[in-house]
Amino acid sequence: MTRDELKKIGEAEQERIRKYRHQVHVCMASGCHALRSDKVRTGLQAEAKKQGREGEVLVKRVGCLGLCSRGPLVLEDQSRIHTGVAPEEAGTLLRSLGEPEAAGGEPLPLDHPFFKGQRKIVMEHSGAIDPERIEEYIAVGGYEQMLAAIIDMAPEAVIDQVTRSGLRGRGGAGYPTGLKWSTVAKAGGGDKYVICNADEGDPGAFMDRSVMESTPHQLIEGMIIAGYAVGANHGVIYVRAEYPLAIARLEKAIGQAEKMGLLGRNIGATRFSFDLQLRYGAGAFVTGEETALIASVEGRRGTPRSRPPYPAERGLWGRPTLINNVETLANVVPILKNGGDWYAGIGAEKSRGTKVFALVGRVNNVGLIEVPLGITLREIIEGPGGGIPGGRKFKAVQTGGPSGGCIPEASLDLPVDYESLVQAGSIMGSGGMIVMDETSCMVDVAKYFMQFCMSESCGKCIPCRVGTVQMHHLLEKMTTGSATGRDLEMLEELCDLARHASLCGLGQSAPNPVLSTLRYFRDEYLAHIDEKRCPAGVCTMGAGG
Amino acid sequence: MSKPKVATVWLDGCSGCHMSFLDMDERLLALADRMELVYSPLVDAKEYPPAVDIALVEGAVGNEEQARFVRLMRERTRTFVSLGDCAVTSNILAYRNPFPVAAIIERVFAETAEAPVQPGPEVPALLPEARPVHEVIPVDFFVPGCPPSADLIHHVLDELLAGRQPAIKNRFG
Amino acid sequence: MATERRVKTLIIDGRDVAGREDQTILEAAREHGIWIPTLCHLEGLTNVGACRLCLVEVKGMGKLLSACTTTIWEGMEVTTHSERLHRYRRSIIELFLAERNHICAVCVANRRCQLQALALELGVDHVRYPYLYPRFGIDATHDLFVLDHNRCILCTRCIRACSEIEGANTLGMMRRGIHNRVITDLNQPWGESPTCTSCGKCVNVCPVGAISQKGLSVIEGRKEHKFLPYLTMMRGARP
Repeated sequence: MTRDELKKIGEAEQERIRKYRHQVHVCMASGCHALRSDKVRTGLQAEAKKQGREGEVLVKRVGCLGLCSRGPLVLEDQSRIHTGVAPEEAGTLLRSLGEPEAAGGEPLPLDHPFFKGQRKIVMEHSGAIDPERIEEYIAVGGYEQMLAAIIDMAPEAVIDQVTRSGLRGRGGAGYPTGLKWSTVAKAGGGDKYVICNADEGDPGAFMDRSVMESTPHQLIEGMIIAGYAVGANHGVIYVRAEYPLAIARLEKAIGQAEKMGLLGRNIGATRFSFDLQLRYGAGAFVTGEETALIASVEGRRGTPRSRPPYPAERGLWGRPTLINNVETLANVVPILKNGGDWYAGIGAEKSRGTKVFALVGRVNNVGLIEVPLGITLREIIEGPGGGIPGGRKFKAVQTGGPSGGCIPEASLDLPVDYESLVQAGSIMGSGGMIVMDETSCMVDVAKYFMQFCMSESCGKCIPCRVGTVQMHHLLEKMTTGSATGRDLEMLEELCDLARHASLCGLGQSAPNPVLSTLRYFRDEYLAHIDEKRCPAGVCTMGAGG
Repeated sequence: MSKPKVATVWLDGCSGCHMSFLDMDERLLALADRMELVYSPLVDAKEYPPAVDIALVEGAVGNEEQARFVRLMRERTRTFVSLGDCAVTSNILAYRNPFPVAAIIERVFAETAEAPVQPGPEVPALLPEARPVHEVIPVDFFVPGCPPSADLIHHVLDELLAGRQPAIKNRFG
Repeated sequence: MATERRVKTLIIDGRDVAGREDQTILEAAREHGIWIPTLCHLEGLTNVGACRLCLVEVKGMGKLLSACTTTIWEGMEVTTHSERLHRYRRSIIELFLAERNHICAVCVANRRCQLQALALELGVDHVRYPYLYPRFGIDATHDLFVLDHNRCILCTRCIRACSEIEGANTLGMMRRGIHNRVITDLNQPWGESPTCTSCGKCVNVCPVGAISQKGLSVIEGRKEHKFLPYLTMMRGARP
């Protein structure tokens, strides 16, 4: 595939789409899919045929449109979104295309607060193109950056752009991506690997899932570029088996790219070859940790090992390996397209660019958002989030999943960047953002996350394996009214032990939900312990012993 | 000044710790001059006295009566010593802990008994698990060992009677 | 031909120490008579850093490092004993003792047990955490050996010896977290294992009384922990 050939495919596709007077985009990512948006799509297609408007109305499968809680979503002519569309509404919806009086409920204009505060880079094409057709991705400029990079740019120049962009790991830890790439690039010759960590496992998080379901080619293109930059010819996407739709679309996308010669041997008639495989996770949270992930890819038990050595030095099959998260790799194409400096101009001082968040919990608009870093928590919750429902009072926002923490109302004006969140006792994490109101008990929330870590601990090291069980036991005592002040001391001691003595990030961060709630909501713990009272009325005191 | 009052108590255990206590032999005579043994399986006192200076407790807390008793003891005792592995770790008594109490009663009093009986109300009810003493009440000193040697027990008593902190270093088991 | 290895100098507990560049902190320390507690480490097996007892402080590093898995570097400054490390090590021993049903008095490994010895060494005279009292079984189906899961500390020394030294790969691990369990083959009874060579290495490397020779009673479970380097040397493997 040459650049000219690619251009022709893109132009032909644009031509095809331009013929239609109306474009009806049906969200077919997991959220809407679960609400049977496939029925909506076939309904719309049948109706277009019935009304004899097949040549005029394009009914298209697209990826995530963001407002997951109001699905099935249908985007009409890039102008307004119909929410909660039922298959039987297909006829009236089609007849109302372009009419100010829309069928069914009130459609949301694209300047609705949910969309207004967002800045889409990773999700730019999400909801705009059919994830299962490579032609549509090519029509929006797909694979151009990859061919340009491997034909015109030296690997160092590619890394330079990524370094200049200031992009940091979106899996949670925020390690500078450019630095990681150059480390792997400098590592000794021979085989190297690029691994995409798609083992997204935080409760309530579905950012990576959505990227894979909506724009799989953007991820694949990013991986090929990464491979070229670091000198790796083999790529692996490690995706959890619980994501069947993402897997199906990735498989399809890889097949399409291979068929077009965009993946495989001598890409773009250059000497660069890159192959890509899928590997499925088997339901363990810990395999999101990079060394555990590598062990799992190698067919071994998915448990972490001590670092150093880091995978950049000794990774898959003992070879230098670049491991990046889905969202990180999905940022690569826009960075190359617009330049590292452009990307660095977005976001905050040390946290450049945008971040995708799964905004869930007690907010009016539950869904997937992409916002520039540096935005405040308040701006997210009151902007795209649309505030707290039912006139209830905001209490805390949990970021970073089981490795993160709860941030109270007093810190709502905190800018969302890697350092500020850590200072506030939480972490950026992969992008889970759970909003809680006054009906949530913080001790109960801490117990929930500890239960999660306890059941997801691989059991290799003792501070995590048994420490989480003991901590959970103490939290259980607190939420059932049988704890003493001594138990609180013991809990804090165990938090300290697990944090500093555990082998990997799972155990090291397992105490975070406890520590952050203790920091901001200690009085709630004391009410449970001293007064045997749950201020939020969640815990049934005296239930256990 | 009256001599310090010492109690020894036998909960769920094999009495081996008390045997070891007796193994202090002639040193007991010297100790007797320095303390008053006010309560013990070895003396004829029925009530735990109100003000005890040092209590040595052998055995785990296995039933409700024992739990009630150690709480009473704790109120009336200045220095509380867990003597031997059963008091410190539950030891052999913990063998029953993974099993439900009802299953144990069934096994012991019915299945394997020549004449099956059910324990009556006069028998204190078993706790769900036999617990180390310090899980029920605060304990001041721990003397592991199964049993702790007479020398170690002597050292502990000798130091405590002298108003010093005993240096206890002994393995479990 | 032996490859040339450079010598690195470092400081352990204030002492100037030299070691080969491929040596771990633990090896360098032990060569110089500095004791660091370990349980999952055994000379002759790969190190896994699972028991966390050998955690040390390294100047300039934000986190504690396991001495058994970290190779030395020039100018490294290591502290192997501090109040904080001691506190962590004691807590770890307590977590081990509370995890399964360790009843020293009736254990075949009593007085020869490394967990028991470390408890004594580190001054653990009682366990502050509630005992979990899990219900685990015993596999006595093998003609010669017994595997008592109640005493297992999941150090994986047996698994590593079985795979790395004997090459039988009979022993493995199943499930996760607190439910981890050493298994033989695909969780079959040990006595029915078609892969076990009955070599007994697992018995000797087990630091506690989890794997023992049949027919032995309390205290009789003598173990030979130090045969692996000899075995490796005799096989002519690289040092």
